[in-house]
Amino acid sequence: MSTATPVTTTPPVKPGDVSAAAKAKKKLTSPWASLVAVVIAILWTLPTFGLLISSFRPERAIKTTGWWTFFSDPKVTFENYKAVFDPDSINLADFFLNSIVIALPAVIIPLCLASLAAYAFAWMNFPGKNILFITIFALQIVPLQVTLIPLLSLYVDMGIANTFWTLWLSHSAFALPLAIYILHNFIKEVPSSLIEAARMDGAGHVAIFFRVLLPLLTPALAAFGIFQFLWVWNDLLISLTFAGSPEISPLTVQLSNLSGTRGTAWHLLSAGAFVSIIVPVTVFLLLQRYFVRGLLAGSVKG
Amino acid sequence: MFTTASTTADKLLQMFAAILLFVAVVGVILFIAGRFTGRRGDRTVAYLYLAPVVLMLSVGLLYPGLRTIYESFFNAAGDAFIGIDNYKTIFTDAEQLIVLRNTAFWVLLTPFVATGVGLLYAILVDKARIESFAKALIFLPMSISFVAASVIWKFMYEYRPDQGNVKQIGLVNQIIVWLGGEPVQLLIDSPLNTFLLIFVMIWIQAGFAMTLLSAAIKAIPDDIIEAARLDGVTPWGMFRFVTLPAIRPAVIVVLTTIAIGTLKVFDIVQTMTGGRFDTSVIANEFYSQSFRSANQGLGAALAVVLFVLVIPIVVYNIRQLRRSEA
Repeated sequence: MSTATPVTTTPPVKPGDVSAAAKAKKKLTSPWASLVAVVIAILWTLPTFGLLISSFRPERAIKTTGWWTFFSDPKVTFENYKAVFDPDSINLADFFLNSIVIALPAVIIPLCLASLAAYAFAWMNFPGKNILFITIFALQIVPLQVTLIPLLSLYVDMGIANTFWTLWLSHSAFALPLAIYILHNFIKEVPSSLIEAARMDGAGHVAIFFRVLLPLLTPALAAFGIFQFLWVWNDLLISLTFAGSPEISPLTVQLSNLSGTRGTAWHLLSAGAFVSIIVPVTVFLLLQRYFVRGLLAGSVKG
Repeated sequence: MFTTASTTADKLLQMFAAILLFVAVVGVILFIAGRFTGRRGDRTVAYLYLAPVVLMLSVGLLYPGLRTIYESFFNAAGDAFIGIDNYKTIFTDAEQLIVLRNTAFWVLLTPFVATGVGLLYAILVDKARIESFAKALIFLPMSISFVAASVIWKFMYEYRPDQGNVKQIGLVNQIIVWLGGEPVQLLIDSPLNTFLLIFVMIWIQAGFAMTLLSAAIKAIPDDIIEAARLDGVTPWGMFRFVTLPAIRPAVIVVLTTIAIGTLKVFDIVQTMTGGRFDTSVIANEFYSQSFRSANQGLGAALAVVLFVLVIPIVVYNIRQLRRSEA
């Protein structure tokens, strides 16, 4: 609920400002400050870098020497990546596909349903509106653990256990409170005169929604969509609960299993980890602005 | 359509079918809504728009939540009422007490250290020439899965016994050896292992703290800084009496948000140790009890405890926000 923060507002940053921190920093003994910053930066990137290097080293080299010896004795191979895509063993291609098949509907379904609800909350009056909105808002903080066992038996009763539907429905339901909250905040900012004018012209709710609001909503839809996509892509708990069988389980489940059963097979683990990282990192690099916005808004989800 | 898809074509087909189904639902709702015009139709249209959301939240969150609370008063098989015995187990059983202790370590350490590192880094790189690049480095761990982060750090913590020609392949143990120490079984020695797991969460969350706090720092008005500077405050004084009070609301948001996220942490423990070697936390214990030990009642009770622990943090957060807005 700390999400009352920067959902739609970006703090005003004027170029050329000299902030308090900058002044404080300047007066601090500057070499020390730089050193500390560099140490943190190294500590935060070196582990990933080490595993990345390892994923390109031959199996024997990984298991007998540290990755830092790569620089004195560089041996490069793509065998590890070939091995994790081998259809007869780890078969990551299938899990990659599963991750995509799980994620797309899990983003689109809540977006569709939440835009309708957010519109109703922002621009319509009906009895029970406030209490319903607060209830939905509060549902954001429910830890998903609380819901899993009853949902599992529900899915078994419905006859959809062990299908993608369990994941689509769960992820969508869990996403709705946040999606409605983000979209509602955004829709509320649209000047009411715009809506009134459209109404005067005889536009109904449907026309207003599509012609006036939807074009304005794009940044909020993008922020939520990207957040939700990565959330689903990176999720382990829900997938482990509902998608135990390899036919439908995503990359995270396979990687986590691999870490548990073949914890020392670093040639496979390193390559596998980077296959799973590629999508989020690409999304992050391309859509950083929306990504950060969605992430800050959705940080208590789960 | 509602079966387990196993071929690539099946999977993609089912995916498009699911998307189309929900788009069709929205289409039907909009079509019906279009028949009601004028302000009188408002109420009907509103309920129509909200119907799918209310249905999904009731079935997907509300009902299961209440059901779990109910089940937490039943035994392992879920067929006999046992009162508060499950809760008694959580707060008295030796193994469960370790789980609680570990959870306390996680929730107390992660928010403060991650926020501290994030704040320090935000200040250090503020206005630096490569600021956005420097920030991206710290933020990147935030975008990858906890599972991948765990694999990355498991490799860092890798241990090889100290015998003959065996070389360390984990960087942490190699550094210990370079410094003249003996390699340590980092993920097995308790309680050290719990702290090493906590560091992974700090590594992930520092980027979140840094981003929010950096935005808050940049939003401090110029005239305040200028006035303080004219008064001749020291850099430390500037931080203590100008920066920190100005970004206090943001700091609280960051601390509480990370605390909530940390309470629910499951993936890191699951992937790195599976909860063995005394590293389990409530969220992981919930999973082990529910799905590995088939103790439904205890699993449900653990989930409820998790929920109850989240509430005071959220309430504190809201009260602080209200105060800062007033």
